[in-house]
Order: sequence, then C-alpha cells, then structure tokens
Amino acid sequence: MSTVVETHDHEGHHGPAKGLTRWLFTTNHKDIGTLYLWLSFTMLFVGGAMAMVIRAELFQPGLQIVQPEFFNQMTTNHGLIMVFGVIMPAFVGFANWMIPMQIGAPDMALPRLNNLSFWLLPMAFGILVSTLFMPEGGPNFGWTFYAPLSTTYAPSTVNFFIFSVHIMGISSILGSINIITTIFNMRAPGMTLMKMPLFVWGWLITAYLLIAVMPVLAGVVTMMLMDINFGTSFFNAAGGGDPVLFQHVFWFFGHPEVYIMILPAFGIVSHIIETFSRKPIFGYSSMVYAMASIAILSFVVWAHHMFTVGMPLAGELFFMYATMLIAIPTGVKVFNWVATMFRGSISFETPMLFAIAFVALFTIGGFSGLMLAIVPADFQYHDTYFVVAHFHYVLVPGSLFALIAGAYYWLPKWTGNMYDETLGKLHFWLTFISVNITFFPMHFVGLAGMPRRYPDYALQFADFNMLISMGAFLFGVTQLLFLFIVIKTIRGGKKATSEVWEGTRDLGLEWTLDSPPPHHTFTVQPQVK
Amino acid sequence: MTYIKKLLPKLFLVLPLLLPVAAKSAEQSDYNMPVGVTEVSSSIFGLHMLILWVCVVIGVIVFSIMFWSLWKYRKSKGAVAADFDDNFWLEIGWTVAATLVLVWMAVPSTQVMVKAYDDSEGEVNIMITGHQWKWHYEYMEDQVSFFSNLSTSQEQIDNKIPKGEFYLQEVDEPLVIPVNTKVRFLITANDVIHSWWVPDFAVKQDAIPGFINTAWTNVPEAGIYRGACTELCGIKHAYMPVVVRVVEQEEFDAFIAQKVSLAEEEKMLTSKVWSKEELMERGESFYATNCSACHQANGKGIPPVFPALEGNQVVLSDSTKQIEILMEGIQGSAMQAFGKSYSEVDIAAVITYTRQAWSNGENGDGVIITPKDIVDYKNKIDL
Repeated sequence: MSTVVETHDHEGHHGPAKGLTRWLFTTNHKDIGTLYLWLSFTMLFVGGAMAMVIRAELFQPGLQIVQPEFFNQMTTNHGLIMVFGVIMPAFVGFANWMIPMQIGAPDMALPRLNNLSFWLLPMAFGILVSTLFMPEGGPNFGWTFYAPLSTTYAPSTVNFFIFSVHIMGISSILGSINIITTIFNMRAPGMTLMKMPLFVWGWLITAYLLIAVMPVLAGVVTMMLMDINFGTSFFNAAGGGDPVLFQHVFWFFGHPEVYIMILPAFGIVSHIIETFSRKPIFGYSSMVYAMASIAILSFVVWAHHMFTVGMPLAGELFFMYATMLIAIPTGVKVFNWVATMFRGSISFETPMLFAIAFVALFTIGGFSGLMLAIVPADFQYHDTYFVVAHFHYVLVPGSLFALIAGAYYWLPKWTGNMYDETLGKLHFWLTFISVNITFFPMHFVGLAGMPRRYPDYALQFADFNMLISMGAFLFGVTQLLFLFIVIKTIRGGKKATSEVWEGTRDLGLEWTLDSPPPHHTFTVQPQVK
Repeated sequence: MTYIKKLLPKLFLVLPLLLPVAAKSAEQSDYNMPVGVTEVSSSIFGLHMLILWVCVVIGVIVFSIMFWSLWKYRKSKGAVAADFDDNFWLEIGWTVAATLVLVWMAVPSTQVMVKAYDDSEGEVNIMITGHQWKWHYEYMEDQVSFFSNLSTSQEQIDNKIPKGEFYLQEVDEPLVIPVNTKVRFLITANDVIHSWWVPDFAVKQDAIPGFINTAWTNVPEAGIYRGACTELCGIKHAYMPVVVRVVEQEEFDAFIAQKVSLAEEEKMLTSKVWSKEELMERGESFYATNCSACHQANGKGIPPVFPALEGNQVVLSDSTKQIEILMEGIQGSAMQAFGKSYSEVDIAAVITYTRQAWSNGENGDGVIITPKDIVDYKNKIDL
C-alpha cells in the first residue's frame, strides 16, 4: 500500500515518480508509450525466436529439430505473438507517444484507462506463453484457430488461449476509446480534422476498426469456450453446428484486423517521406479518403480468405470484386508517395531508407494480394507458401518496416539523442537484403505447390527452403543490431535539436517541443493556423 | 571507390527491371504454378500469368518513376524541392486508370470462374472423406471404398535412411479415376477440416465435417498426379498426401471389379474361424497403418494427448470397454469411431494385437477378441 501513497505524493509535481512505481502506476502518455514499445520489442524477439525454430526445422526435409506437435505450437504462437504482441502494441505505443504531441494536447484524454490498457497486455501474453510450458503444450491450431481443430480437438490449454485473447481484446478496445476521445476532444485550436497529421488520421480510423471488430473476436472465442466447456455446438457439426460459421465470424474480425496493422503505418511513412523529400505530402485529402475507403471496404471482403470452403458462385464473385476494389485506394496511396518524392530534395537518412523500402516492398505485397483476390487463381494459391509470402511482405517490410522507420524518425525526439547513422544504415541494408532472401523465394515454393504449416516437405522444395532459412537467420540476428542501436541512442549520442530533421518545424507540432519533450507535453495549448 | 559510389545510385535505376526478368524466368520453370493437365487448370494458369504480367508492368512503371525521382532529385546533387502538393486531374486520372485495369482483369477472371464452377453430377462420383490423417475414397456407383495412407516410412522422415524420389508424396492406395471422364468429387471430413488439393487438376476444396462440398475434373491424360492436404488438421497435416492415378477406362473397370470382389472376400472373412496368430498378424499391420500415428509403434502414446496403450487398464483387463471405444470413439478427443469405417475382422484383430503386444501379453488377461465378438457387439447396439 505504501507505494500507492507514494504516487499520490508525486501528483502535482513535475517529473516522473522514481523506481518501479513510475512504470506501474504511470498515467503519462510518454511513459505508457515507452512501455508499449518495450513490450512490443520484447515480444518481437520471443516471436522471432519461434520463427527461428520454424526455419531451423524447415532448413532440410525430414524431421531434425522438433516434432510436428511442437512445430505447430511454434507456427501458432509465432503468428499470435507477432500480430497481437508486436505489431499492434507497437502502433499503440506510437499512438501514445505521438498523438498528444501531434495534436497539441498535454496528455491522453483518459490517462488511468491508458495505464490499464497497457498493463492488461503483459498479463495476456504471460498467460499465452505459459501454455507452452504446460504438459499438453500451447495452442497448436494455427493463429487463425479454425474450429473444430481448436475446439473438440484442441489441447485443454486452449482455455488459457481464449482467456488471453479476451484480455487482449479488452486492452485494444479501451486503448481505442482513449485514442478516439483524445483526437476528438483535445486537438489544439485551429487543428480541423482535415489539418490533422496523417498518422493521427490513420489511428483515428484504426481505432474505429478496433472498436468494431474486437467484440467480434471476443464473440468467436466465447463461442469456442462454450463449445469446449458447456456443451454447446456452435461449431460442432455432430451437434448441428457449423464449422464454416467459425471462419465467417473469425474473418469478419480478421480482415479489418489486417488494416488495423497497416493504416497507422501509412501515416508514419507519409510523415517520413514528406520530411526527407522536403516537400509537403502529395494529395493529403486523397490520402485521408483512401484510408477511410480501405477501412470501409475491409468489412465486405472477409470471405476472400475462404474461397475454398464451398461458397456459391455469386458469393465467390462478390468477394472477388470487392477485394479487387481495395487495390484502388491502396494504389492511390502508393502513387501519392511517389508523387511526393517527385521533384523533391531527397536525402537518405535511415528512416527514409526504411520508408522507401516500405513503399517498394509493400507494393509487391499488394500485387500478390491482387493475385490472391482472383478466385480461380486462388484455388491454386490458397494455403500455400504464396500466401505466406504475401502476408509477410505486407507485415514485415510493410508494418514492421514502418515501425522501424518511425522509431528512427522519432527516437531523437523521444530521447534527445541522435542515433548512430552509420549503424542505422548498416541495419537497414542487412534487413532489406535478408528480408527479401527470406520472403521472396516463398512465392516460388508456394507456386510450386508447398502448403503452409508443414513441418516437413517433398524434396523438390529443399533448395529454396534452405535459402529461405538462411535469409531468416540473417534477418533475426540483424534485429539484435537494432536493439543495440536503440539502447545506444537512449544512453547517449549527439544531442538532437527540437527540429531534429531539417525543415520539420512546419510539418507538425511535435517538432516545436524540446528533444526530449517535457514530462507534461503541452502545458500551454499551441495554436494551429 | 569513388567510381563505385557513382555507379551505385545508377544501379538502382535498373532495379525495377528485375521484376520482368524474374517473371519471365519463372514462367517456364518448375517454380511457377503448374499448367496442369485439365482445361480448367490451363485456363487458371493463363489467368495467373496474365495478372502477374499486369502487376509486373505496373510495378516497372511505378518503381521506375520512384527510383528515377530518388536519383534525379537527390539533395546531395543540389536538388531544390518544388512545393506543389496536389494535382486534381492527375489524381482523377490514376484513379480511373487503376479502375479500368481492374475491370479489365475482372472479366477473364469471371469467365474462368464460371467455367470452373459446376456441381452437376459426374459420370463417376467419388466421396472423399478427410480423416486425421488419411483420405477415404468411396466410389458412389459401386459401393466400394478404401483408405489412402502415406507410404513413406518413418525411417525416411527421421533421416535414418535416404529419402525416396516421392518422399511424402506417395500413398499405399492411390485414388483411381478414368481418363477423359467427368469425375465429380463429393468432399467432406470426419473430424477436423482438411483440404483436398491436386495442383495439376486445379482442384482444391475444403473437406469440412457436416458439409459436403463438390468439385470436379476431367483429365485428358493418363498418369499419376500428386497433391496434398492444405488445411491445418493437426500433428500429421504434412503426412496425408493425395495421389491420383488416372487410367484408361478398361483398367478402371478392372480396378473396380477387383475392389468389389475384395469387399466380398472381406465379408466372408468375418464368418471364418480365426487363430490367434492370424489375428495378431493382421492386427499388427492394421495398428502400424492406423494407430501408430498417435499411440506410437511402441504403444507408449504421446501422453497426455494420446494415451499409452502399453500398461493401459482398459487394454489389460477390460475388453468390453475396449470394444466400445473402438466402435464408438471417444467424444471430444481425437479417438475416432473406427468401427464405422473398418471391418469386424480389422477391429477384432487390432484389439487382439494390442492386448498381446509389448508387455501387455504378460501383464494383462490376454483375452482374444474374434470378429464374432464384434458382430455380437453390433447386434447388441442395434437392439
């Protein structure tokens, strides 16, 4: 109890509390942002270690390192952790740090809720990861956890998994409420909606998506819970239930989820490209409308993940057309980024390198997405490594590159120190090369017929798999360099100015603050003209 | 060094050209979608290449402009930024252009889809049932059926002996279909969701418990075609391949005739008097094919998911309970109702085998179960 009293003592003072309580009881948006980012960084290495196990096993055909049972636990937890434990919390971390700073607010609107949203997450992941050490092992049914493999045929630890997903969902919903409230109520005078920074726009739309679909995810895991423990038959055909219902409900959550993981990335990349092109973003309003259209379309394309479940012809065609439509706003965004670079004055600092790689490689992920949208062709691509290549291209050189780019871009602002540019560039080139060695050949093994989630494979896939594994090991090791660079920057380095990058003062309110910014962000509200 | 520094940025300008090079070299290689042998598979291949080339062309245009801009407007070369930030007609133009390209792609896609989609009856109709972890094929017209199991040995998987040419792509009994005949597949599953895929036919359809999906093919070339299960279905997901042998009509007729007579022989076997040795022999091979995936060849299982049979109280001393488990399965577990899919002889043989094998023969009651016991059980349940 004494610790509680202590934090009360500190209220009203400037500067953070001391020791552990600073982090446990913090209501400061920067501290909570930092917590989110460190959680995400930690989980990146946990999920990454699982990917290393997967790639080590797939280095050669045959079973060498792990048994299929454990392999399935690795693929499942790698997916769950990377989606829910790395990409999503990292973007929330960015939101916490940057939204108040970009809209000129002193903090988030609901600071105590903010604390709760964060601290739910380590609990959720503690529960999830602990299942791996239980006798029956952790979830082994894929990150999409299709019933009845995840219900009737699941290990009993599935109940921990369900509980963990519920907690993550609550955390996301609370976080989204906070972000929406902050954006609508705490913008500086003069900052109209159509003057908001694109990262804030990306997050506003994302937060609505989260509020819309997280309850759907909670619903589907609750139905699983009922089927497993209380004798219902939502997904059990023997009891009159419907296994395909699971997939419809899951993907009604799952497809918007995909855009939850990319819309904030669009925002970050837009800021970086305009900064290092020294030219305002091209087509600001079409950028906003594109994000909004992507979000709306994301609700009517879910069944393109299910083209082989046996839908009627009209259904297959509808979901094909709707999915192809998404290429339009996405294409517009890519064209806008290129047009921003056109006739700019471009320099190639590390954040810009990652942002350029994002535009190029995310586009490749978009192309394979378009190919997957074509139903007849999808019959051949579905559940092969072609799909694995596709979603890794949009999530790794897509979302993750945007996060890394954003970290390099804002790290000097957060810490007050410049990162080591030489090491940053080295990190970029190693990452860029290894990410392509890892994921590009997956297109070919997929087309050649290797299904995903296989611990073992036929001999014709051996050469490419070995190459993919080597790329993956290099990619994994390279991220330790990133950890080193981040720690080095936090501990010291060349002092950053408040502008950090040339000419940023007009680009956003965050560049008017000191580097590092004061503990309470804007004590006096800035004016936006 | 300065030379390389000068050259390096220029190299980036040719990077976009890698895309068509990659696409072109992939076109004819083994690392592309197979053209396949059916009309549907080759039109899907055509569609795939069309979309791929559309993407490549768009990619080359976009990336060329991007890399050229990055090179041309380098700050290090003294580029000064313009300050335009929109262009109404340009934005309208590329939105319309993107839409037109998509419509142009949607037309052939729809045509191929309409052609591929057909659930009318075939000349031969085959019910395909996915089981953990094997396929069951039933010829609807002739009422004959069999299981198709992976035939690659565990030693190959464990790297104890060299891997064969068709490692993980070979089965004990392939599906046999006639050439130049419309074959309809009715696809379902017994436990979890599986997915039946033969790339050369461009047939991939999920096998879902409680649903019967349809797919069809008409193969113009005799031969052996290999495929896989593509929906995660548990531990042995990678170990339930699909092999289809397409044969001339006469050979197909002979195959069916042989299957019909085998089925009749099987029925006769039930009334035969079986010795313990005969049951043991049959039980051992049945166990190796159908049980060892979970309960392991040594009977030790993988507890707690798959219980050990060696030293198991039911196997040692409760033969009535053991018959019931094999016939009815265990609800909510991976243990299936084997009695519904296999003959009385097989069930009796495998029960007898497990009660004698390992240390069970010495420690248990050693009761021998005969096919008649299974028939009696079935009669009792029917009452």
